[in-house]
Amino acid sequence: MAGAANSTALSAHVRAEIDTWKQKFPAERQRSAVIAALHAVQHEQGYLTPELMEAVAAYLELPPIQVFEVGAFYSMFETTPIGRHSVSVCTNISCMLCGGDEILEHVKGKLGIEPGQTTPDGRVFLKAEYECLAACTGGPMMMVDHKYYENLTPDTVDEILDGLD
Amino acid sequence: MAGNGMTDEQIEIEVNGQTLTARPGQMLIEVTDAAGIYIPRFCYHENLSIAANCRMCLVEVENVAKPLPACATPVTPGMKVSTKSDRAIDAQKATMEFLLINHPLDCPICDQGGECELQDLAMGFGRGVSRYTEGKRAVPDQDLGPLVSTDMTRCIHCTRCVRFGQEVAGIQELGAIGRGEKMEISTYIQQSVDHELSGNIIDLCPVGALNNKPYRFSARAWEMTQHDAIGPHDCVGANLHLHVLDGRVKRVVPKRNEALNETWASDRDRFSYEGIYADDRVTTPLVRRDGELRPCDWDEALAAAADALRAGGADTGALVSPNATVEEGFLLAQLLGHLGSASIDHRLRRRDFRAQDADPVFPWLGMTVADVENLDALLVVGSHLREEVPLLAHRVRKAARQGARVYFLNSESYRYLFPVAGQRVAADLVAGIDQVGAGDDVHRALQQGDNAAVLLGQIAMRHPRFAELRQGAAQLAANTGARLGYIPEGANAAGLSLIGALPHRGPGGQPRPAGRHAGELLNQPPSTLVLLGIEPEHDCAVATAASALEQAGRVIAITPFLAGSMAAHADIVLPVGSFAETAGTFVNAAGDWQSFAAAAVAVGDSRPGWKVLRVLGNLLQLPGCSYATAAEVLDAARAAAGTPQPDNALAASAKPGPPPAAAGDDNLHVPIYRADALVRRAGSLQQTSDGLAGGGAPANAGDEAA
Repeated sequence: MAGAANSTALSAHVRAEIDTWKQKFPAERQRSAVIAALHAVQHEQGYLTPELMEAVAAYLELPPIQVFEVGAFYSMFETTPIGRHSVSVCTNISCMLCGGDEILEHVKGKLGIEPGQTTPDGRVFLKAEYECLAACTGGPMMMVDHKYYENLTPDTVDEILDGLD
Repeated sequence: MAGNGMTDEQIEIEVNGQTLTARPGQMLIEVTDAAGIYIPRFCYHENLSIAANCRMCLVEVENVAKPLPACATPVTPGMKVSTKSDRAIDAQKATMEFLLINHPLDCPICDQGGECELQDLAMGFGRGVSRYTEGKRAVPDQDLGPLVSTDMTRCIHCTRCVRFGQEVAGIQELGAIGRGEKMEISTYIQQSVDHELSGNIIDLCPVGALNNKPYRFSARAWEMTQHDAIGPHDCVGANLHLHVLDGRVKRVVPKRNEALNETWASDRDRFSYEGIYADDRVTTPLVRRDGELRPCDWDEALAAAADALRAGGADTGALVSPNATVEEGFLLAQLLGHLGSASIDHRLRRRDFRAQDADPVFPWLGMTVADVENLDALLVVGSHLREEVPLLAHRVRKAARQGARVYFLNSESYRYLFPVAGQRVAADLVAGIDQVGAGDDVHRALQQGDNAAVLLGQIAMRHPRFAELRQGAAQLAANTGARLGYIPEGANAAGLSLIGALPHRGPGGQPRPAGRHAGELLNQPPSTLVLLGIEPEHDCAVATAASALEQAGRVIAITPFLAGSMAAHADIVLPVGSFAETAGTFVNAAGDWQSFAAAAVAVGDSRPGWKVLRVLGNLLQLPGCSYATAAEVLDAARAAAGTPQPDNALAASAKPGPPPAAAGDDNLHVPIYRADALVRRAGSLQQTSDGLAGGGAPANAGDEAA
């Protein structure tokens, strides 16, 4: 395949990560590892470029379109450049009842951006909309990068956001 | 797929009060289709996997709380189904309303209009007035290359095209990008769809999203008449429909024949019709006077041709396209025989004639086309199979996907798009085949297979040491119990062999004193040379074919096209129709005789080839040449050929002598869209990546022969 050489765009760490996931599925079912592979790439690179997705396809020996399909489908995959930190505020039903909408308003005001935007300094990206993150017992909550912060108040939000580099 | 490995057990179900029998595990829609009970559908297609994503085929099943999709519901004993109950119809109407939400109302300017599954079903299940008042979405179009036009706003996301790529073509180029209302069928990174069967997504698309680009906006479905035809380029003999308006072929679509092409057509068969209307079609007979070809009437040209043939007498030779019909080949062979010459040949790209007496009476596949997919072990020797015979490659692909061990032996590596057990690349194919001894993987696979074959491809048959190569392949087949098969050139090599368009054999393989074969005719041109449907510089193995025309005393070109060396050196040009303008018969590699009638009005003053040859026969007092129809010629040809049993067993032959000197063995592969005069003139195919890769260079340009 044309992309065979492209898999060198992936770091050794990402390739090892993909190998781990590939082994969890039967032979010839490497397509099942696409989500995990894209997560690993995005974690390292920030967002998914067509080149990176092609590299994943080449590494998993899949037609590139099958990787693009997955990358374009799931909202947790970013296909355009975003800020260094990704903030997602839950406004689904439990968090909403506990004040999730107010938390989101506070975050917007503090960062001066709308959901789906990145602060001009490239520091923080506010995710457009996030469905339930399964932390209903601790609502309102938000996820910063991969970390959950629960029982939020405007003060704790300030503290968390100020602590980001 | 459904049908394989199932028991013969039968169960009964009830549909709309009617009792039907079915095999357990069959999908409901297969059972109702077989019984002629119509259930609307978009995403279901019998040659593709089941997606169940359009929801149009919802039906009511007793004791089930919700309507079920008939395409994905296996039948169970005693199941009671209603396809027309209020509940089923409500569900179908609701689905239709959703499908129409974002579908544009541009049917009047859509090529699919009049033959659109969405239009038809909207008529049956749609509301007269839409309740949807919001804006419709618009989707940017894709550039999928020169064959398929796109209007992606019309797409209803049935994913038939996506599944076709994955399951039939073997390379998924299209996919569903995005989700929900933003989902689009796309290649993501703009690229053309480059497979040799890609045109089939036009037929698969139930709406006007993917359409025929060369045909775009040039006719309406209901204006055209439909005529049967046979694929004029390869040895599958795909069944086709020609759609004709005002006597002109506007497009070509496949005609279903499960035994040959299933529901598919190769792009070459589908788009080559463009060549019929090439600029260099000859529209009037021409005779050379004072060094220039000048138009004349048919009587004058035919009289001149008859004179030339009489003058040539026993020193007349004929080169026949492997795409010529049985009728044309038979009449020309009879005509030459009448003149006392046996120098007629259709094996134009062959280089090694040493063992021609060991050739089978007709080179055949050794099995039916459909049986190829039942092979469990296969070695293909010397073939770029996807380019030589796309639909045969498709059958091999199906076999491979069912677990067959498929091996290739070639002098270079090709991309097959299916699981290949092994690709042997050997600069010298003869040494390559001789290396497959006992203990070798290939040998073992062929031996272990219950249904194994060794196929000799077109590269093998063009090989300068074909005799040794075939000897090796036949030996291997014999040692392993595999069948030996041939993949003949063109649409009718099998038919032309059967009816005696050969220098060493008459009809039915009757031996006769050998005339000059194609190589000799070109290296030592006869005093009169007849060309039937060929362009010597592109269709022959001999690199000096073009200059043979200069050296031949007289050249009679019976051809639809006039270019190159023929334009420079032909003395008499008799314009004849392409496959679409003449009645005729092709015999495919499985030995099926398939006749067709003329579908299109002949271009200019051209005539069907068989009629031209019949008149020449009359002028030369060929006995019995009083045929009124192509069918009468065919009857005579069949009677002469008899019914030889196909038999590829290699006659025990003495060791062939040394191979011909200076026979070039490079460039044995002829690119897919360079194969014959018609396809070389098909503009859209030439714009595809395969067409551009063919480069417009003659297939034998690299040969440095004597």
